[in-house]
Amino acid sequence: MLEETLKRIQAHKGVVGTIVVNAEGIPIRTTLDNSTTVQYAGLLHQLTMKARSTVRDIDPQNDLTFLRIRSKKHEIMVAPDKEYLLIVIQNPCE
Amino acid sequence: RREFSSKLQNERIKKNCDDEDASTEMGEGLDEWAAAKTLIKPPDQLELTEAELKEEFTRILTANNPHAPQNIVRYSFKERTYKPISYVDQMAIHFSLNGNMILKDSDEGRCQNARLSTEAGKFIAAGEEEAEETGTAEAAEAAEAEELPPPRPKERKLANQFNFIERASKTLNNPLRDRACQSEPTPCKNFSATANQWEIYDAYVEELQKMEKSKEKEKPRAHIAKKEEKRRGRKSTSLESQSDDITKVSKAAKIMERMVNQNTFDDIAQDFKYFEDASDEYRDQQGTLLPLWKFQYDKTKRLAVTAISWNPKYKDLFAVGYGSYDFMKQSQGMLLLYTMKNPSFPEYIFSSESGIMCLDIHNDHPHLVAVGFYDGNVAIYNLKKPSSQPSHKSSAKSGKHMDPVWQVSVLFLSSNLLLFMWNLLCLQNELVHTDVIKLSVEGTTMQGPEGLQLQTFGCGTSFDFHKKIDYLFLVGTEEGKIYKCSKCYSSQFLDVFEAHHMAVDAVSWNPYHMKVFISCSSDWTVKIWDHTIKTPMFIYDLNSAVGDVAWSPYSSTVFAAVTTDGKAHVFDLSVNKYEAICTQVVVAKKKNKITHIQFNPVYPVVIIGDDRGHVTCLKLSPNLRRMPKEKKGQEVKKGPEVEIAKLDKLLNLVREPAGQAGR
Repeated sequence: MLEETLKRIQAHKGVVGTIVVNAEGIPIRTTLDNSTTVQYAGLLHQLTMKARSTVRDIDPQNDLTFLRIRSKKHEIMVAPDKEYLLIVIQNPCE
Repeated sequence: RREFSSKLQNERIKKNCDDEDASTEMGEGLDEWAAAKTLIKPPDQLELTEAELKEEFTRILTANNPHAPQNIVRYSFKERTYKPISYVDQMAIHFSLNGNMILKDSDEGRCQNARLSTEAGKFIAAGEEEAEETGTAEAAEAAEAEELPPPRPKERKLANQFNFIERASKTLNNPLRDRACQSEPTPCKNFSATANQWEIYDAYVEELQKMEKSKEKEKPRAHIAKKEEKRRGRKSTSLESQSDDITKVSKAAKIMERMVNQNTFDDIAQDFKYFEDASDEYRDQQGTLLPLWKFQYDKTKRLAVTAISWNPKYKDLFAVGYGSYDFMKQSQGMLLLYTMKNPSFPEYIFSSESGIMCLDIHNDHPHLVAVGFYDGNVAIYNLKKPSSQPSHKSSAKSGKHMDPVWQVSVLFLSSNLLLFMWNLLCLQNELVHTDVIKLSVEGTTMQGPEGLQLQTFGCGTSFDFHKKIDYLFLVGTEEGKIYKCSKCYSSQFLDVFEAHHMAVDAVSWNPYHMKVFISCSSDWTVKIWDHTIKTPMFIYDLNSAVGDVAWSPYSSTVFAAVTTDGKAHVFDLSVNKYEAICTQVVVAKKKNKITHIQFNPVYPVVIIGDDRGHVTCLKLSPNLRRMPKEKKGQEVKKGPEVEIAKLDKLLNLVREPAGQAGR
């Protein structure tokens, strides 16, 4: 079920890459090359931790569900989970 | 004398010589004393003449050492020559003996005496065994006792530098050995954490959950074991945390898929949310339908959409049933649930052997979907359970369930029961069975004893329950009649309407007005009725067989109808009683027939299903959603009463004996 979902995401229009990162910031699954994966995983892990910390500091009953970074070239979407992090990089078709 | 002198001579010579002649001397002496013997001449004696024998030799005794050298020469460094010494020592030592006698009065003598006296003292005490020493000891003691009373204290050691012995001693050193021991270091791990407000909150929440669980565990023990078995659905999610790791990402993946879709269909999403067709102002009262998403799935390409229903709880979720209206070709069916948030893939997929004809979702338990099949069965799918099979399915127990189920409606009766009614198409054109089945939420299926059997002249194709009046429902038949029935009267209907010339495809009560209902048919018409009046209030001809008709949830005067030529018609009675305010082709290809239409209860969208397996979502333009205009100074009342009043007003115009409204 999960595999199909990930495959669909990867096959979707404009998606550049998909990375699954575990709680320690180590990438488990990726469709990109190694160096890029490691870079994305490390940086986004930290950013997600910071974002989550921010949200929860303001209201401890709240929690981060999704993080989107829109840049000039593409959009990085991060879906955090209790133990994992799913990162998708997409070129929105515009 | 010669003998005597020769003796002396011999003696001297022999004395100075070695001992080799000693024996000869002794022999001659003996010979002389023994007797008169003849002189024995030794063989090596000199033969001398008489004259020579009488020669006298003179010998002088001197004190000179005959053996002392006479010509000792010494080198003189002064004169650089050897010079004879004037005097040569003539002393000949015949015998020397080193004596060890010491003068008594000398120092050394006294010391020795003192030592001897002390030693003697010891010997006397020990015993008198050794005579010499005893004697000397006594004498020594007697002599020395008074003389040297304090002999002991100071005895200087005589330093004897030539007799110096260095003495050293060394203790035995134990050989050293290195021994080391190392314990295994305790495993260290770096741990860091921050004490944030939310960390503390999390800890509290966990604690709370633990307490609750322990309380829950106590409760079941009080109950009977039987009830525990029946209780379902109590999965402890905490135990599942040890299962497969990566499946936990599924939730995140789901959200991600939706986001990715949102990005791709960004403009559509924006349209859905914000777009209001500005040109509606210029269009008089006409409106448009803006196509938004199109939902399709691979496996349903051959199937027709036979039923659509919005989920009552989640306003973006809708269920689509797939089957086939072609009675010749019947294949498998599918039930898909889509969400508007993810237009590219359905959320839930269920497949079945028989085509689905109708479906309905329970109002209070929005995870239960009731489905009617072409082969006459009814099934309930539970969305919470992951299996793709229905959780309950009716079986063909009796001969009743042989025909396709045209409509399923789920009623809520009590907290535990679901009431099913379904309508069967009887091939033999005789009976309309309406079975009531009670199904408990827990799972046991029981066939209700009540079986409604209506004797009619036709076969039912559609029905609808009244929204407010529970027992009242309408049944549309294949022949075009509409029967008003009640659950209380199991064998007779209350009323009949001669509605259409062909099969009634849909009937629907008005959501606001108690008395009004609408019907559509393959005879190209849509009719609006007041159930107390036998003739329709409004009739509309749409030039093509009408597949479905639906009231809008926001207004009592707006409804939409879809025709098999691919058009959707939207009517607003308060705006235009005679014509549609929107007629639009909504499907791509001409041969596509639209089968169903449904309004979203919340959003201004409709979904339309066609017989190619596509579901299209369209947005209603503002003109189609017109609310009553505010009159100056008056409050705008919103709510059902307003709607009812609005419709009533319209109906009153029509109820005049002038009769049916025009086309």
